[in-house]
Amino acid sequence: MSLIFNRKVFDDIEKAHMDWQEKLDRVFEIKPERLERFSTVSDREIKRIYTPEDIRDQDFSADIGFPGEYPFTRGAQPSMYRGRLWTMRMFAGLGSAHDTNKRFHLLVNQGQTGLSTAFDMPTLMGYDTDSPKARGECGKCGVAIDTLKDMEDLFEGLPIDRITTSMTINPPAAVIWAMYIVMAEKRGINKNIIGGTIQNDMLKEFIAQKTFMCPPEPSIRIITDTVEYGTHDVPRWNTISISGYHIREAGSTAVQELAFTLADGIAYTQHAVERGLDVDSFAPRFSFFFNSHLDFFEEIAKFRAARRMWARIMKERFKAKDPRSWWLRFHTQTAGCSLTAQQPYNNVVRTALQALAAVLGGTQSLHTNSLDEVLALPTEESATIALRTQQIIAEESGVTNTIDPLGGSYCLEALTNQLEEEAFEIIKKIDDMGGMLAAIEKNYPQQEIADSAYHYQRQVDEKQKTVVGVNKYKTDEKIKVDLLEIDEELERLQIEKINRIKNERDNSRVKECLERVGEAGSGNQNVMEPLIDAVRTYATLQEICDVFRGVFGEYRDPGIY
Amino acid sequence: MIQKRKVRIMVAKPGLDGHDRGARIIARAYRDAGFEVIYTGLHQTPEEIVEAAIQEDVDMIGLSSLAGAHKYLFPRVLEILHENGADDIVVCGGGIFPEEDIAALKKAGIKEIFTPGSSLEEIVKWVEDNVKPR
Repeated sequence: MSLIFNRKVFDDIEKAHMDWQEKLDRVFEIKPERLERFSTVSDREIKRIYTPEDIRDQDFSADIGFPGEYPFTRGAQPSMYRGRLWTMRMFAGLGSAHDTNKRFHLLVNQGQTGLSTAFDMPTLMGYDTDSPKARGECGKCGVAIDTLKDMEDLFEGLPIDRITTSMTINPPAAVIWAMYIVMAEKRGINKNIIGGTIQNDMLKEFIAQKTFMCPPEPSIRIITDTVEYGTHDVPRWNTISISGYHIREAGSTAVQELAFTLADGIAYTQHAVERGLDVDSFAPRFSFFFNSHLDFFEEIAKFRAARRMWARIMKERFKAKDPRSWWLRFHTQTAGCSLTAQQPYNNVVRTALQALAAVLGGTQSLHTNSLDEVLALPTEESATIALRTQQIIAEESGVTNTIDPLGGSYCLEALTNQLEEEAFEIIKKIDDMGGMLAAIEKNYPQQEIADSAYHYQRQVDEKQKTVVGVNKYKTDEKIKVDLLEIDEELERLQIEKINRIKNERDNSRVKECLERVGEAGSGNQNVMEPLIDAVRTYATLQEICDVFRGVFGEYRDPGIY
Repeated sequence: MIQKRKVRIMVAKPGLDGHDRGARIIARAYRDAGFEVIYTGLHQTPEEIVEAAIQEDVDMIGLSSLAGAHKYLFPRVLEILHENGADDIVVCGGGIFPEEDIAALKKAGIKEIFTPGSSLEEIVKWVEDNVKPR
């Protein structure tokens, strides 16, 4: 035991606190407080002041400790930013593979230290550009990838043996990953060298981001195949990025983001263990992805609570022994939903504050939104400002000089405890329902998020929550920013590219390989090897995904509101 | 006394875009305001939306798009409505659109466009003022 406060100090503190409170009450009798209720963006009530009384039972070793050590409250690695800064990883994807490749090179030249790929909607849903469902969508919100050829063009000239690549892709994650592996292999880079992340988190898709392909059960099966394959064959790859980001963007509170994300993590771990994998063989390669929203202290507390909770879950619930299974490493993106189309330059300031919260929360990797992202994909100029925001925090502000500078703050520690406690209550509720899959089938997380989103919108409408430039400090003047436009011609060119490839490839070999994917899917064989063979023949993304849809069925949105 | 029929609204998500936070909030706000609401769920083709709208006999379709494909999808819905002789169904849109696109969409026949920052109150009031049971 290493209690921070000696019990004896509390008599004095309590008395002093009461005296102060009385004085303050008299002041507020004359002129009341500015607001009736002070609360976070998640509507968590915040106290006037926090004192040692709020963390009365805090045990330094058990609850706070040192970075890189259980329970990791203060950081995943012992050295944190004294050793190495977080990875500056700007999410980018626009138009064709060539267009996006150009943006990647620009960002790397400007000092970005990791790559992150945004795909267009058809790619995200496992459709080719020539699908009738894909009309009008090609390259609009990310890069269009139909075959291995696009993957080759996308990473041309980029040092993927030295720099890690994140790919935000879910239902067809295994296919896109197979394309990346083959692309690297063709450049002479072995799969045991490449590093990166596929998002590959279907549970949060059903809950929040909503790119769908197959129903939940088979989705988890394909994910577990990737976990198994990665563990043996691609050891430097993060096979899942368990994501709270989209849950938050869909309107959840901070504590719901925390609880649902970790509950998803529990479900993936459980499935891999049931497959017969040793928890310590795969858990170190699980990574996480959180949102950094507007409420500064609540967000920092959330990141700290997430680390401590995951460490406890892995050690106590799953009996993991390797300390690397206990650590929660995470990527952060600033909150897209907090940006405003009105007075768009204000978004630079919002993003800077959110990025600072992520850094003070100990993120391993960070994307900062661009000021124009509320309207369109970012321009080169706006993406550069967003990257510079990270560089200023990292190299000018001084916040990276010491590890977890806010650790020990009465307020921060109290909030960290509170978030942990409430999130564990939600996880308990999900356990009682039979786990996250069952909870999703009952629409539990979906409904909870919808309720929170509606509650927040009402608060904004009633001006209980301020949105600068939207419900307060409005101006009539329209502030114009230059926006990036995706050429409508692109769709036609991309379809021509697919047709060309289909004419040139060995179509009987494609057919054979697709059949093998189907056989692996209907049986118990891991799908990854057949997928790698299939993409190598330049089978298209949709040809492969159609096999999955045929074998496993298709999932449609239940459309609750 | 004959009760006047309530306004029937279909909130629809055309295309592959998965951003449904706005659409679902609007659907709730319409419901709370006393309209009859049908929400299509995600990933509907323009054809599916129009077919459902005619089948459900709605007075208005609210289209939501936040992933950039509105320039094709919104006018396409109007086109199919026209082909089916259902031009009297009012169509409005919500989401993220560059200024120039808003003008083009209105010109194509989208009656009103709501962008982030529009209050639920004003969105509901617009229906009260502009949509009557057919």
